[in-house]
Amino acid sequence: MTAAIHPARETEADAPSAAERWQHLLGGGWIFILLLALIAIFAVLRPAQFGSSYNLSMLAVNAAILLVLSVGQTFVIIAAGIDLSVGTVLVFASITSALVMLHLSGASGSTYGTTSGGWGVVLAGLVVALLSGAFWGAVNGVLVAVARIPALIVTLGTFGMALGFAQIMTNGTDVRAVPETLVDRIGAGTLAGIPVLVLIAVATAALGGVVLHLTRFGVHVFAVGSNEEAARRSGIDVRARLIAIYTLSGTLAGVAAMMSTARFATTTIGGHAMDNLATISAVVLGGTSLFGGIGSIAGTVVGVFIPIVLLNGFVILGIPPFWQTVATGAVLVLAVWIDQLKRRARERG
Amino acid sequence: MTAPPLLEARGIRRRFGHVHALDGADFSVAAGEICALVGDNGAGKSTLVKILSGADRPDEGEILLAGEKVRLESPAVAQRLGIATVYQDLALAPELAPFENLFLGREAMRPGLLGWLGFVDRSAMQRRAAEQFADLGVRLRSARVPISSLSGGQRQSVAIARAAMWANRVIFMDEPTAALGVVQTGRVLNLIRQVRDRGIAVVLISHNMPQVLEVADRIEVLRLGRRVARFAAAEASVERLVAAMTSGSAEAARTPA
Ligand SMILES: Nc1ncnc2c1ncn2[C@@H]1O[C@H](COP(=O)(O)OP(=O)(O)O)[C@@H](O)[C@H]1O
Ligand SMILES: [Mg+2]
Repeated sequence: MTAAIHPARETEADAPSAAERWQHLLGGGWIFILLLALIAIFAVLRPAQFGSSYNLSMLAVNAAILLVLSVGQTFVIIAAGIDLSVGTVLVFASITSALVMLHLSGASGSTYGTTSGGWGVVLAGLVVALLSGAFWGAVNGVLVAVARIPALIVTLGTFGMALGFAQIMTNGTDVRAVPETLVDRIGAGTLAGIPVLVLIAVATAALGGVVLHLTRFGVHVFAVGSNEEAARRSGIDVRARLIAIYTLSGTLAGVAAMMSTARFATTTIGGHAMDNLATISAVVLGGTSLFGGIGSIAGTVVGVFIPIVLLNGFVILGIPPFWQTVATGAVLVLAVWIDQLKRRARERG
Repeated sequence: MTAPPLLEARGIRRRFGHVHALDGADFSVAAGEICALVGDNGAGKSTLVKILSGADRPDEGEILLAGEKVRLESPAVAQRLGIATVYQDLALAPELAPFENLFLGREAMRPGLLGWLGFVDRSAMQRRAAEQFADLGVRLRSARVPISSLSGGQRQSVAIARAAMWANRVIFMDEPTAALGVVQTGRVLNLIRQVRDRGIAVVLISHNMPQVLEVADRIEVLRLGRRVARFAAAEASVERLVAAMTSGSAEAARTPA
């Protein structure tokens, strides 16, 4: 009885067109091309120094800790949040874990050098670092998701609190005695010729990429960042997801804390105040939108390497390293500008 | 003769302070029909739809689904009973693709261990979304581009297709074509008919009387929180609808349902 006209039952070709692929490459991939160009330029100008396997492995080690923090930051920013606390949560977790490892090794608090603690002590330290990081992450998540305080304020607050507690616990001085096993086997160790710190970072990024891009949790991260209200109305438990996302970021700061202690054979209370900005700029350089809903781990990997390769290349070329700060800042502004242009172009039609 | 109602509201009252938003309102819609709910601003249409979709609770009155009394405690309860709403502000995730929006919160999982580990089955979702769009005659530029790059009509179509995918009984639409041009409005109205032809009860709120007359099978008129008239589409006209909306005129109210 219905007189409705049935429109043609077809959908247009679903495979991405060549034009769409180019757009994707130029839209999301330009920063990758920039990284390749930088590497090519430095490798051509100073092949012996820049291209040496020692230099390349140092580049990777320098990137490792920042990459682990940035993986967590990627989840947070895709969910339209921000985590300013990553660096000082790292400091807090490294202090608690170093104190526990020191205690278990039976050495007194002011010992310099390394202790004889073995794998058991290192494992205990790792558990403490992960729990410390997860604790601050959960605090961030609950305050953002349940108390509904803006993430910028919440994580600025925990940024200060985590650092303050770390200083209170140690009177502001670093714990300088850590298990030799940790320093030797993790910090300076290699596996099949690859630094262990780099392997940890690669594994973290790979796992993070799988979770973000292939699992239901990952889909929900994008959904919460894209339209929180839509996610809620679709039955997604937005609060639980937000708490999990910030807890993940905090836990990864715990992983990074162990990596940092292993690498420098000491805690580094004063060394992480800028980690938040470094991770945020890496994530944004990698094409993740500060407005949420868009981003990738692969992009973040590229974004972590841009400032590190720039600095390394400038040092090798004899350009004052201060120019690296200028260049990174300029690329960052450019990246956000391009993000906004893309967004506007898309919304226009 | 009308089909037995699938969803029926009897004597619904809802007060906000001194405002009687609904003052003993009745309403009914049958499976496989488009029922337009019309009324002046403030007549209580949105409040009634909220109550019937679980987003708000009545002070008094009863709701029957397929003849059984039900309590719609929340939108989730209503959704489980096969009732969904296409919200005016769409409630889509603009950065996600149409297929991801169709499955938002109800993702298809990979079979076996991978599914247990939380891996989603993207290709299955894409396939079923393409089927859904094809069945409903929705044509998108691509099912993979983000929602924000689609036209307003296409977005509305995705929102309706999503509701039709998960609600098998009643779908409420509050002004689904308010922001659309002529061509896109035509497409969305066709889509609404397709949804109706699946046997779903469609409740359409609209201020556009010619459109209501074009697409609805039946029309119920709300005035000051009460139902004042019911029309079969064939016996309605803009004049009679307006008369019922503004004066609740006896002439209209006496029209057999
Ligand atoms: N949450 C609320 N609080 C107070 N008054 C409300 C609320 N919701 C609706 N109303 C009032 O109830 C009456 C009916 O509103 P509504 O259902 O939105 O009508 P319609 O959708 O037909 O325009 C109006 O007078 C409106 O101001
Ligand atoms: Mg209304």
